[in-house]
Amino acid sequence: MSQATESDVREDGIIESVSGPVVTARDLDARMNDVVYVGSEGLMGEVIEIEGNITTIQVYEETSGVSPGEPVEGTGAPLSVDLGPGMLDAIYDGVQRPLDVLEEKMGSPYLDRGVDAPGIDLEKTWEFEPTVEEGDTVESGDIVGTVPETPSIDHKVMVPPDYEGGEVTATESGNFTVEETVVELDNGEEIQMRQEWPVRSQRPAKDKETPTEPLISGQRVLDGLFPIAKGGTAAIPGPFGSGKTVTQHQLAKWADADIVVYVGCGERGNEMTEVIEDFPELEDPITGNALMDRTCLIANTSNMPVAARESCVYTGITIAEYFRDMGYDVALMADSTSRWAEAMREISSRLEEMPGEEGYPAYLSARLSEFYERAGYFQNINDTEGSVSVIGAVSPPGGDFSEPVTQNTLRIVKTFWALDADLAERRHFPSINWNESYSLYRDQLDPWFVENVREDWPETRQWAIDTLDEEAELQEIVQLVGKDALPEDQQLTLEIARYLREAWLQQNAFHPTDTYCEPEKTYRIMDAIKTYNDAAFEALEAGVPVEEITDIDAAPRLNRIGVQEDYNEYIDDLEDDITSEIREMY
Amino acid sequence: MKEYQTITEISGPLVFVETDEPVGYDEIVEIETGDGQTRRGQVLESASDYVAIQVFEGTEGIDRNASVRFLGETMKMPVTEDLLGRVMDGTGQPIDGGPEIVPDERQDIVGAAINPYSREYPEEFIQTGVSAIDGMNTLVRGQKLPIFSASGLPHNDLALQIARQASVPEEEEGDDEDGSEFAVIFGAMGITAEEANEFMDDFERTGALERSVVFMNLADDPAVERTITPRLALTTAEYLAFEKDYHVLVILTDMTNYCEALREIGAAREEVPGRRGYPGYMYTDLAQLYERAGRIEGREGSVTQIPILTMPGDDDTHPIPDLTGYITEGQIYIDRDLNSQGVQPPINVLPSLSRLMDDGIGEGLTRADHADVKDQIFAAYAEGEDLRDLVNIVGREALSELDNKYLDFADRFEDEFVDQGFDEDRDIDETLELGWDLLSMLPKDALNRIDEELIEEHYREEEQAEEVAAD
Ligand SMILES: Nc1ncnc2c1ncn2[C@@H]1O[C@H](COP(=O)(O)OP(=O)(O)O)[C@@H](O)[C@H]1O
Ligand SMILES: [Mg+2]
Repeated sequence: MSQATESDVREDGIIESVSGPVVTARDLDARMNDVVYVGSEGLMGEVIEIEGNITTIQVYEETSGVSPGEPVEGTGAPLSVDLGPGMLDAIYDGVQRPLDVLEEKMGSPYLDRGVDAPGIDLEKTWEFEPTVEEGDTVESGDIVGTVPETPSIDHKVMVPPDYEGGEVTATESGNFTVEETVVELDNGEEIQMRQEWPVRSQRPAKDKETPTEPLISGQRVLDGLFPIAKGGTAAIPGPFGSGKTVTQHQLAKWADADIVVYVGCGERGNEMTEVIEDFPELEDPITGNALMDRTCLIANTSNMPVAARESCVYTGITIAEYFRDMGYDVALMADSTSRWAEAMREISSRLEEMPGEEGYPAYLSARLSEFYERAGYFQNINDTEGSVSVIGAVSPPGGDFSEPVTQNTLRIVKTFWALDADLAERRHFPSINWNESYSLYRDQLDPWFVENVREDWPETRQWAIDTLDEEAELQEIVQLVGKDALPEDQQLTLEIARYLREAWLQQNAFHPTDTYCEPEKTYRIMDAIKTYNDAAFEALEAGVPVEEITDIDAAPRLNRIGVQEDYNEYIDDLEDDITSEIREMY
Repeated sequence: MKEYQTITEISGPLVFVETDEPVGYDEIVEIETGDGQTRRGQVLESASDYVAIQVFEGTEGIDRNASVRFLGETMKMPVTEDLLGRVMDGTGQPIDGGPEIVPDERQDIVGAAINPYSREYPEEFIQTGVSAIDGMNTLVRGQKLPIFSASGLPHNDLALQIARQASVPEEEEGDDEDGSEFAVIFGAMGITAEEANEFMDDFERTGALERSVVFMNLADDPAVERTITPRLALTTAEYLAFEKDYHVLVILTDMTNYCEALREIGAAREEVPGRRGYPGYMYTDLAQLYERAGRIEGREGSVTQIPILTMPGDDDTHPIPDLTGYITEGQIYIDRDLNSQGVQPPINVLPSLSRLMDDGIGEGLTRADHADVKDQIFAAYAEGEDLRDLVNIVGREALSELDNKYLDFADRFEDEFVDQGFDEDRDIDETLELGWDLLSMLPKDALNRIDEELIEEHYREEEQAEEVAAD
């Protein structure tokens, strides 16, 4: 987290009471949301309520052993993050303390208390190249230089949004620390590579625009049926074990964003370790660079202090906005937003606030929409365009989507990927239910798919949707009378729909080839099944019995396209074989 | 050390005391009753002029004259390798009549969180010898994999079978076969004396007791004590694993009783209850136990957890299994129907899951065909299960030949693959070969989850031939 450089000197207070993560202090001179240091160990906390002489603080570290009478020290600054080069390839806790630095400072694999560390390395030097000259005029938000941060990303150094801007009087070029001034303005403002921003306020932008480009995920069911836009919002609700985390990891790996901010909020430690171990070894399919080079991780696992769980999503989105300001497309995954909501509930109940639905505070829905509102496709104040896409996992108790977090989230987000325990049980992955899910971006993204993939993308997709819908209806009848009682054309539809499910919708995240499927391949698999469909129905009409049509040798090969690297040739051959095999029947 | 005789209120497991000096949150307290008994407790809330104390052994017999001492430290567990072979009560006091325990160290029982950056991803296959686990929901070292069961089901037999049979294949062949590096920690919370005996007898019979540490809180022991029993067990486990290089298997049973104790304390504190009366912080509380499983970079040992819970009303949406499933790395379901069919162990593989399986299996770990075989069996068994409903309505004749094969597959899968008995120990090769025996009932082109080369290598043509001959 940001270590406030200068702050007004304020009166210290005295601890009045301690109850878990909530501490009250007497005589503390602090403002709402100020960061304070609690107790003789200096545990980090944030002011969440002020009532007369008593200030209530949520503490981001364990409070065992802390007792009334110990001091509380104010910093005079709200919870802020450090922004500058060094955030990519980093892993932070919920208040932006780098976990690798903490390990080193604490000399232990366990998270100790009272240790602080800046969000970005203050000693490391970076190569700064100015993009402005003496005499140029710059405004707040303008880009003044670049730093090659990782092989994938050029970090843009910007005039902080709270600066006025003016005429450039001096620029430096070469290696500097993030605290050294690299550009000076005539009004005395000095620009460093590092800036601070309070996490609970949105960074300013000029305009929010309607997104028109998809965030390509490389997942067939998403790109094909329920696409999310760059700058869009999506929710993935599902019971435990249904695939929320794997889907989020898949997006973090393969989405065509410039920057990925992955927030592990109140979930498993090993899932973060997996990312730390895997990502440096995976290649971005588009740039060929290591995936870690574009990734910033925030890990506040379920056993870490609950207050920091509440703040981690804000830390994440503020970092995302900062890269957006540089003109990048940023994707943020939050796994799981339910844990954030529960942290809110826990703190709220310790404050003895009036509980709303299922004990959540009445402001749950407001907090959720404020958060998702920070997503979007923006015209930045420096006139670049950038986006923040937000994908939030939701963990409904008992898998019941009618609960408050799911419902309040669905009112805000435009893409709904409904995970289904039944599909997960039969290991149909990703277990995204195609009947329940939706994307409100579908129509506005179609022109992109028409232009960049195939002209008949929308029509072919519609055919797939209709076939799957029809299957859902027929399945109800089959449950009562068996498949053989259906007329032949309906039996054939069931067979085609089965291929759509097994060969197209299913995708194995753990297969080296199948894990990522480019849009062209997504189209071609769907189209190959349609080729089979069209030839089959023609044959059926010509009087060929359905069993013969469905029994052709070539058809099962449809299920193998996903794992083919050279899929074009494979599909060409397969389509030829299917049509000729069927032609021979009549 | 200041002593107070200023108890103002006693309510359920809680005692409120007026104080004039500050007391640390979570600190340990001793309360001495009029008849000279000492009870221990913990500070739940500390304000400048009073504290709320949760008494582990129950508040019975405490009155307003009892004297209260604050020990100035949080609860510690004395740890040493000598704990191996010892039996303790739920608060860590030896009950086996053995020698006094001379601790090596005293460790805080509320373990600090492991830095996610310092973890090592678990991917070392543990062979339990149980096909439904090894083949379908593989356990790895450092995993937390609970057993979701219900009253009257044989979850204890399965836990014991795992504790007896668990091995890491390469070890069988050599180096560290001395057996000393494997340890079992058994934490019992509110189980009956009969259940406890079942475990103890098995430990004694197999000689496992020597490499075990047992913590026993029985059904008639104080409920509040249950909130510390698993913490003592896990503190011991962490010490043995990360300081003494043991591979530790921790069995915690029954987590349901633990959660009931949490609920009781929450109610006594008049907290706003969460779902079904359980505290809103139960997720965090359980996570602080379950997340103590794992591996740490640069340390030899590991902590593997098998918590057992009985689902009230067989309902897995109940908060206890639900929150557990959201934290643990999968779950093994014990199924009432399979149990009444006599399947041993009655594991329903479909809702069961091991999240760490994908990285723990495959070439060099188990076998190259493992992942594909598992996927195909899941798909085929699910298909057969579905058809069972339909066949009740329309009869077998109305089904296609392939559908009939799926039905047979599901039956044979339960009878041969899952129902192996609590005494049979199968190695992973046996398990996978059995898988191929069953899969070969199906036509080759129905095996769409398996790589074609693997089919060529393993598929048994003769099974098909037999099937045809039998028809
Ligand atoms: N796309 C996928 N491909 C293969 N397996 C998957 C996929 N999605 C989920 N799984 C399987 O399901 C398990 C649970 O998924 P996970 O994302 O961890 O669930 P959740 O986060 O909803 O609890 C994973 O461990 C994995 O075995
Ligand atoms: Mg998850």
